[in-house]
Amino acid sequence: MNKYEVVIGLEIHLELKTRSKLFCSCSTTFGQEPNTNCCPVCLGLPGSLPVFNRRAIELAVTAALALNSKVQLRSRFDRKNYFYPDLPKAYQVSQYDQPLARGGFMEIESGESERIINLERVHLEEEAGKLVHAGNSIMGSAYSLVDYNRAGIPLLEIVTAPDIKSGQEARAFLEDLRSILLYSGASDCKMEEGSLRCDANISLRPQGSEKLGTKAEVKNMNSFRSVELALNYEAERQAEVLSAGGTITQETCHWDEEAKKTIPLRSKEGSSDYRYFPEPDLLPLVLEPAFIDNIYASLPELPAVRRKRLKEKYDLSAATAAQFTVNRALGDFFETAAQDYDRYNNLANWIQGDLQYQLRESGKEADDLDAKKLIELLELLDQGEINRPVAKELLTEMVNSGKSPKKLVKEKGLGRISGDEKLRPLVDQVISENPDAVENYLKGKDKALAFLVGKIMAMTKGRADPAELNKIIKERISNK
Amino acid sequence: MKLFQKNAAELSNMLQKNEVSAVDVVQSFLDRIELLEPHLKAFITHTPAMALQTASEVDSRRNNGEKLHPLAGVPVAIKDNISTQGLRTTCASHILESYIPPYDASVITALKRAGLPVLGKTNMDEFAMGSSTENSAFYPTRNPWNLDKVPGGSSGGSAVAVSAGMAPLALGSDTGGSIRQPASLCGLTGLRPTYGRVSRYGLIAFASSLDQIGPLTTTARDNALLLNLISGYDPLDSTALPGEVPDFTEDLGRGIKNLKVGVIRQNVSEGFDPEVTAAVLKAVSLLRDHGAEVDEVSLPLTDHGLSAYYLIAPSEASSNLGRYDGVRYGYNAGGDSIDEMFSTTRGRGFGPEVKRRIMIGTYALSAGYYDAYYLQAMKVRTMIRRDYDAAFKRFDILIGATTPTPAFNIGEKTDDPLQMYLSDICNITDSLAGVPSLSIPCGISSEGLPLGMQITGSYFNEALLLRVASFLEEAGESLPMRPKVKLPEGGEV
Repeated sequence: MNKYEVVIGLEIHLELKTRSKLFCSCSTTFGQEPNTNCCPVCLGLPGSLPVFNRRAIELAVTAALALNSKVQLRSRFDRKNYFYPDLPKAYQVSQYDQPLARGGFMEIESGESERIINLERVHLEEEAGKLVHAGNSIMGSAYSLVDYNRAGIPLLEIVTAPDIKSGQEARAFLEDLRSILLYSGASDCKMEEGSLRCDANISLRPQGSEKLGTKAEVKNMNSFRSVELALNYEAERQAEVLSAGGTITQETCHWDEEAKKTIPLRSKEGSSDYRYFPEPDLLPLVLEPAFIDNIYASLPELPAVRRKRLKEKYDLSAATAAQFTVNRALGDFFETAAQDYDRYNNLANWIQGDLQYQLRESGKEADDLDAKKLIELLELLDQGEINRPVAKELLTEMVNSGKSPKKLVKEKGLGRISGDEKLRPLVDQVISENPDAVENYLKGKDKALAFLVGKIMAMTKGRADPAELNKIIKERISNK
Repeated sequence: MKLFQKNAAELSNMLQKNEVSAVDVVQSFLDRIELLEPHLKAFITHTPAMALQTASEVDSRRNNGEKLHPLAGVPVAIKDNISTQGLRTTCASHILESYIPPYDASVITALKRAGLPVLGKTNMDEFAMGSSTENSAFYPTRNPWNLDKVPGGSSGGSAVAVSAGMAPLALGSDTGGSIRQPASLCGLTGLRPTYGRVSRYGLIAFASSLDQIGPLTTTARDNALLLNLISGYDPLDSTALPGEVPDFTEDLGRGIKNLKVGVIRQNVSEGFDPEVTAAVLKAVSLLRDHGAEVDEVSLPLTDHGLSAYYLIAPSEASSNLGRYDGVRYGYNAGGDSIDEMFSTTRGRGFGPEVKRRIMIGTYALSAGYYDAYYLQAMKVRTMIRRDYDAAFKRFDILIGATTPTPAFNIGEKTDDPLQMYLSDICNITDSLAGVPSLSIPCGISSEGLPLGMQITGSYFNEALLLRVASFLEEAGESLPMRPKVKLPEGGEV
């Protein structure tokens, strides 16, 4: 394997998050009754014509800018002609030689180092319908049904340069890409609903060689994990063939999730002839520079920048910064809370640990919470008003009821019991009730002291401070 | 004079003055259809009940004192490639024989809103591909001036309906002459508007960058009235042009003094039927006599235009007609596999001329041929536009024959597609340029067939074309508006 360098390029399709389709006003809502989100336009009925959805263009430009791709002032739509039952017009309106945006790059973290993955292009096209097979797969089915609800949803195609070197890197790229697109609001990126799909071209070449080897195209990878597995499998397979003196045939293969291997679909003799030509039903897409500038200006902070900023501004670990980037709501919650609380790492630990656990348990989102209440809780703890176990209990209450920790402390009488005045009578009571333990302590057995502390903790329902108790017990025993 | 003999403007006047009811008007045309349709076969689908229904609604609205559109109650025939909700729209093809659109074309919405009763859907060459209406999958339509002659095409049914008095107005579509050429062969006024003037939404596409809907009528005024109704921006058609639409009747009768007229040398060619050229030149002298400045102009790209057209139109058609695969609607031949279903459905569903053009277009767009054919043709198209821009710096209008010959015999050119294509030679460059182009009658041949003249204007200048046409109607020799139809069993009606 080490003899060869793996060369991977990805082709990603993702559905843009518009309410209506690219060329008509039909809804894009997922999971509706088949063939209910349809009209003459997206069904390609004779005589119907496409009209641009402005929102789709805005989102496509947003995504392109977020990916550092150069948005073209003038681009054009073309027809890609082929016959398939899910394609209502027997052509897909796509962009061929004048795409919406050219170039671009993403910085990804691959292992220890950062790597730049270049993009070839970003373009806009329309989604096809969906075949529903009567059997398990297209092969064994007696018939198939077509659902055109999906047909005409705006689709962004992103093509990378062959810059990716492993399945792990492909996965890291996709995870970062998803983050960027979620941040920019361009797409939901739900692979399970098919709103993000990825095909890959993969080839091997001897280390140090410049010339690209023969590539295979891998399709049907339904999760980021299967992208990683499939590409690693395919790289191994190609390495074995080449090491044995064989040659790779240019082909398209299918990732079989069950068998965990790639299965050749059909040999590709060159590329299919889609007979592209300019779509005569649409005018060229001409964008005003101000339109692009406005979108650029309103781009939110993107993940890579945020990760770096969180690390530096709050002195967080790389892992924590990454978590607050991937989980944007949690990170936003952290930043809101950090405005009033400067023990950042303590705050981060509470949010990542107990708070996140409670959110999961209660099914709530970080957005539902008031950061001020968490700060209140942490300050009670910091000031010794409550102890740690109580703080945890209060957090649960706070998440579920939304009540302020201070109020809860008052209501439930959870304030810390401290001071000689309050604790001495309890200590004296325990000492007199447990003479054996006192004796053992005097014999030098530390466990006996812990036993006595435990007794008082039980009596106070955990509201006393064990350290303080230690001190007072020792005092009282030696004073006897 | 019977109602069916009147033109739309006359009927409109009578209706507005309450001299006649819309139901009576419609009935008169229905009677005429019943008498002549068995001989002419102008229609694919008849809609008498629907037409009477609309007419009676118009009558009761008028009786209630509502202000109606001037054409309310004036019936119209529709070419069968314009989508009509709930009404079969076949494109004269077996593949759409049973297709019922669930929506109206934008022009139909406009007609319905104005209250025009629809008499039926008219015959045409399959998918508008042809020049004689012989390519209809159902039957050919006959020319009312001589039943042995073709009416032209592809809007032959619409032309015959108006020419024979079966409808006062009709809508056709023009891709490379499909309104103007049958207008010429049937003695009508037929307008191809500026590309983008009339919405294409709902017009079943043949060649999207060339298709335009337009009116076929007996007079310039009728043409202007119908154009007024169907023109204008449509948010459903990205290629429809925004902007104000003038009242096309406003300039009628303003005369032609100092009008700069260019006579296209290539369109009064020596190769044409001498009677055609003579009739055109006679009309030109009339214009000169009344103060127009006439000169000759050469548009040498005409031959290249024909070649470019027969690459661009089939290329777009090969893509536009891909959707007829049997999956969603229309004819489905079945089969053991999806590929077999596709090929059998399309193999049986389309007629020979449609298949020929799909094959030409598929070839022209194929990798390795695209640059030499489609791209080259698009370059020619750009050059033709420049030629027109240059010509319209010198001239207000361009004039020539609409067709090289009067109507030819049924069956005469069906075995020779190239000869058939050449009958549109004068029409095609206007289509490629996208400029408005009007055919008007300019004489009757010694055989008794109508002769046509084509007037071309610069972009959006339909009003000027109609003004020239109305001038010639008044100043020229009086031409019979409609033929006496000689029935095969004898007698004239």
